[in-house]
Amino acid sequence: MNMEVDIAGVTLKNPVMTASGTFGSGEEFSEFVDLNKLGAVVTKGVANVPWEGNPTPRVAEVYGGMLNAIGLQNPGIDVFVKRDIPFLKQFDTKIAVNVCGRSAADYCEVVERLSDEPVDLLEINISCPNVKEGGIAFGQSAKSVEEITREVKKYAVQPVIMKLSPNVTDIAVMAKAAEAGGADAVSLINTLTGMKIDIHRKAFALANKTGGLSGPAIHPVAVRMVYEASHAVKVPVIGMGGITDAEGAIEMMLAGASAVSVGTANFQDVTVTEAVVRGIEEYLLLQGVSDVKEIIGAVR
Amino acid sequence: MAEKRKERGTVICNNEISKGIFDMWVSTTEIACMAVPGQFVMLYCEDGSRLLPRPISICEINPDGCAIRLVYRIAGKGTEEFSRLSEGMPLTLLGPLGNGFPKKEGASFIIGGGIGIPPMLELAKQLSGEKQIILGFRDVQFLTEEFLPYGTVYIATEDGSAGTKGNVLDVIQENGLTAERIYACGPMPMLRAVKEYAAGHNMECYVSLEERMACGIGACLGCVCKSKEVDGHTNVKNKRICKEGPVFLAGEVEF
Repeated sequence: MNMEVDIAGVTLKNPVMTASGTFGSGEEFSEFVDLNKLGAVVTKGVANVPWEGNPTPRVAEVYGGMLNAIGLQNPGIDVFVKRDIPFLKQFDTKIAVNVCGRSAADYCEVVERLSDEPVDLLEINISCPNVKEGGIAFGQSAKSVEEITREVKKYAVQPVIMKLSPNVTDIAVMAKAAEAGGADAVSLINTLTGMKIDIHRKAFALANKTGGLSGPAIHPVAVRMVYEASHAVKVPVIGMGGITDAEGAIEMMLAGASAVSVGTANFQDVTVTEAVVRGIEEYLLLQGVSDVKEIIGAVR
Repeated sequence: MAEKRKERGTVICNNEISKGIFDMWVSTTEIACMAVPGQFVMLYCEDGSRLLPRPISICEINPDGCAIRLVYRIAGKGTEEFSRLSEGMPLTLLGPLGNGFPKKEGASFIIGGGIGIPPMLELAKQLSGEKQIILGFRDVQFLTEEFLPYGTVYIATEDGSAGTKGNVLDVIQENGLTAERIYACGPMPMLRAVKEYAAGHNMECYVSLEERMACGIGACLGCVCKSKEVDGHTNVKNKRICKEGPVFLAGEVEF
């Protein structure tokens, strides 16, 4: 059985990746998960300089999901390059570095720094709803999506995945804008902006008031958007949003995703990523399908 | 690196010992053998709509009997689910997590407030030296008698129904207590007051902090606290409570 998929010329041993921000740079989870078994590890977003992130509480549970407003806390590219990349290089998996920034120049600086590093893919986060500058500000108009993509591509050596926000009127338009700007792939969805109020304290559950909704609650929204985006563009679509098991991953691939990322489910079960890989294999066996690529976009 | 395990444990018993406070022993294979006082475990809900595990401090460790004791308060739907578990029922847990209290020689105050009291029991049991144990309650006491074998126990209640009327610092003042070191866990206002007291008396002070968590293992950066210096891992003035904590030297964190 062939589990390999191709993302912009990079061959992943299987279509299962981690979703940025839920898996650190893999070190903490490597105590529970064999990283060699994953298609790729997508790191938590890294900026040109360290970011402190938002005040706490940063996370809150909601029915079937969670809200987070971490605020892209990260150690900055210098520490990341020195510590996190060498850590991940010990494993036989692809490395996708998620890049965040407050300005186009910030993104480009990080991308340029990574040009001679042994990373396989760059995922550009233009969809974080929890920071005042950068993040989603770049991801909510087609014009700025295209512009930031084009700018980043000038400096990028590795293939560029633009991570899109679901907090838009038409995801197809954004996917097309990324493609027009030269994106090698798009990934979606990032979190949906949400809010939770503690009725006893009469206060917001998160210090940031709003946060990104993730988890199984958003899965049907993600499947729909992956379907729409994959029909709008020729570049590969990486699907994510509420995948908790192989079924959710397969659904996403049938909708058109060439690979998938598992995120919030890592909190519910630290070993879930490996289980998703196994589950996809079992499904293919049961269906008599010899190549996982056959299921990509099979439901039209 | 401290070892941790994801295990399927079995509930040995689970009883309400005070209003809304439950006392549960869980049999585990490895967690009980690895745990130290001050560490915590993540408990997972069976109901899939509740995704996030709940961090619960370890109250007692029985390595020979392969069991840990968790004393927890119903704070929401997850802990409410745990409170309905009965003998023989399975429970998924991850642990032991975080760093516990360093066990130092000499005279100590062991200070617990409210639902911050449980982790102090195993510490009181394992710590050597003179121990003055100061427990603060709003009104109704729990676990008090279990501390008696391990040191001199003092009580503070907000309503004055037992012990000193007031807080844990009122107990120290009223009884003229002294020690070299403080170990504390409890509500934030109590910890702030204890930290200030320790600084004023030039005492070493370890506090156990809590925060809303998601992963429990240091990956998600949900549960950070402000630190005095730039942290070696995060490279900013934030420390992860689940990983570098939950026990910190009071002077290294800001709260």
